[in-house]
Amino acid sequence: MSDALPVETRGLVKRYGEIVAVDHVDLAVQPGDVYGYLGPNGAGKTTSLRMLLGLIRPTEGYARLFGRDPLADGAKALDGVAGFVEGPRFYPYLSGRRNLELLADYDEPNSRGRIDEVLELVELRDRAKDKVGGYSHGMRQRLGIAASLLRAPRLLLLDEPTTGLDPAGMRDMRDLVRRLAAEQITIMLSSHLLYEVEELCNRVAIIRKGGIVYQGALRDLMAATTSGYVLRAGDTERARVVCLAQRGIESVALDDGAIRFSADEDAVAALSIALGQARIGITALMPERASLEELFLGLTGGESSDHDRAAVA
Amino acid sequence: MTAVAQVYRWEVAKLLAQKRTYLGLGSAVLVPIIFVVVLVLQTGGPNDVPLGRYIRDTGLAVPFVVLFFMSIWGFPLITALVAGDIVASEHTNGTLKTILTRSRERSQVFTGKVLAVATYTVIIVFAMGIVGAIAGSIAWGFHPLTSLSGTKVSAGHGVALLFASLAIYALPLAGIAAFGLMLSTVTRNSAAAVVGALMWALLMQLLGVLPGTESFRPYLLGTQFDAWHGFLRIPADWAPVIRALWVCALYILLPLFGAYLVFLRRDVAGE
Repeated sequence: MSDALPVETRGLVKRYGEIVAVDHVDLAVQPGDVYGYLGPNGAGKTTSLRMLLGLIRPTEGYARLFGRDPLADGAKALDGVAGFVEGPRFYPYLSGRRNLELLADYDEPNSRGRIDEVLELVELRDRAKDKVGGYSHGMRQRLGIAASLLRAPRLLLLDEPTTGLDPAGMRDMRDLVRRLAAEQITIMLSSHLLYEVEELCNRVAIIRKGGIVYQGALRDLMAATTSGYVLRAGDTERARVVCLAQRGIESVALDDGAIRFSADEDAVAALSIALGQARIGITALMPERASLEELFLGLTGGESSDHDRAAVA
Repeated sequence: MTAVAQVYRWEVAKLLAQKRTYLGLGSAVLVPIIFVVVLVLQTGGPNDVPLGRYIRDTGLAVPFVVLFFMSIWGFPLITALVAGDIVASEHTNGTLKTILTRSRERSQVFTGKVLAVATYTVIIVFAMGIVGAIAGSIAWGFHPLTSLSGTKVSAGHGVALLFASLAIYALPLAGIAAFGLMLSTVTRNSAAAVVGALMWALLMQLLGVLPGTESFRPYLLGTQFDAWHGFLRIPADWAPVIRALWVCALYILLPLFGAYLVFLRRDVAGE
């Protein structure tokens, strides 16, 4: 069981009548991943996470957490797993601390001993005696993280953890995710915010209309989108001549004071030496990659909500 | 503490933190007090109901008379208020997914909720009975009780009969609670479940008074609210008591079983 993946799904399907919410999704989250589950609103992210947590039953396929199937193993499948879907929810008429006490008593083993520690971690200790009904959205999100951390999880499943937070709250939440990742907690977070995934995640799955359109290392995805290089030099015209004469530098074009070309890395390295030997100062020489946004739009057939675009802009 | 006991303890704690619980409990104890106050202020009495004629003879008669009046819709409403809400409100608040993603099985959560509703049901009946007896005793004294057979029983014996009657009275109420809990689970809508359970109780009462229902009247849930009459006869008439035991068991267990199956397999999705 110890070598089982934190998250593994095979052929996961969820249908609601004619609607296919999740369509044969295969996921494999490795230990230590900060795994981004990216897709526009309504793509099937939350439904997938619900199936992982055993809240809904797959129509086909299976989901396993550390090798355990929530359908077959019930709550035992959630050993070492914590998280929330569609935002954390609490009893509004109980205080933050009472809510955590309740959840700690629902844990096996009982996790009451960690309450102060997790409240401190999410900076809610001062408000712990207040009823959750009076908490702001950001405080509830933080309490949700605290409730998850009570279980000392090895795997954290977070559904849009920064949604609805103000910029400071989003920054704090991301800092928290980074800190948790540094503690070797495997994290799977869904998001429709491209820059968030780019900032936090090492691996990503992109879901569109219930189906996975890309899964793998974010680094590879970004590298695959490298479409060329852009060069800015002190003497643009002479630099262009050097580029044209250099082996391996192709499709050289002038564009708004910059030189764009396509080349492999070795050719680019040789070019930089050639420019130096020609005593042409380089002010910028960088790979020109499509943004994740552009890539995402390509992969998902251009479907991105206005909210997505606003968030990326 | 076992897992079910933990869940039960928290279900009770949640009930104690909600206004509707106190609304129900408050109503259950206010009705006999208001009843006594009104009878103190006027001369007439509920002579047509069991023990109504003796209400000013002893405070012990008060809870028996109130049992009759509250069986029509008072107790069903107070019971449905909590039973119809206990699962549905968790769906509405989204807290069901919060507790189902910890280490407790669905069966344990469901059992804890059933036990909490049962506790509430028993408490409201006994709270009414005890407060009614105290209020009545303050007004008219703590004297021997006249049984339905016309013979007097000592006040101490009367108290024992009262507790036995309250216990058997709680059974049909538990039947309504079970129906409310089933609706709460199936509809995921608190208001629909509360109203539905009340309608179920009223339907049972209505069927019991319609002509032509005599053949199955003994097996209606509403009829079981009169089972305590058996205790108040000298010697005791066990037939209605025993019938109430098995009839109510069916009215309790069947909806609970249905609710259990739904709760176990239900997709906990968005509200």
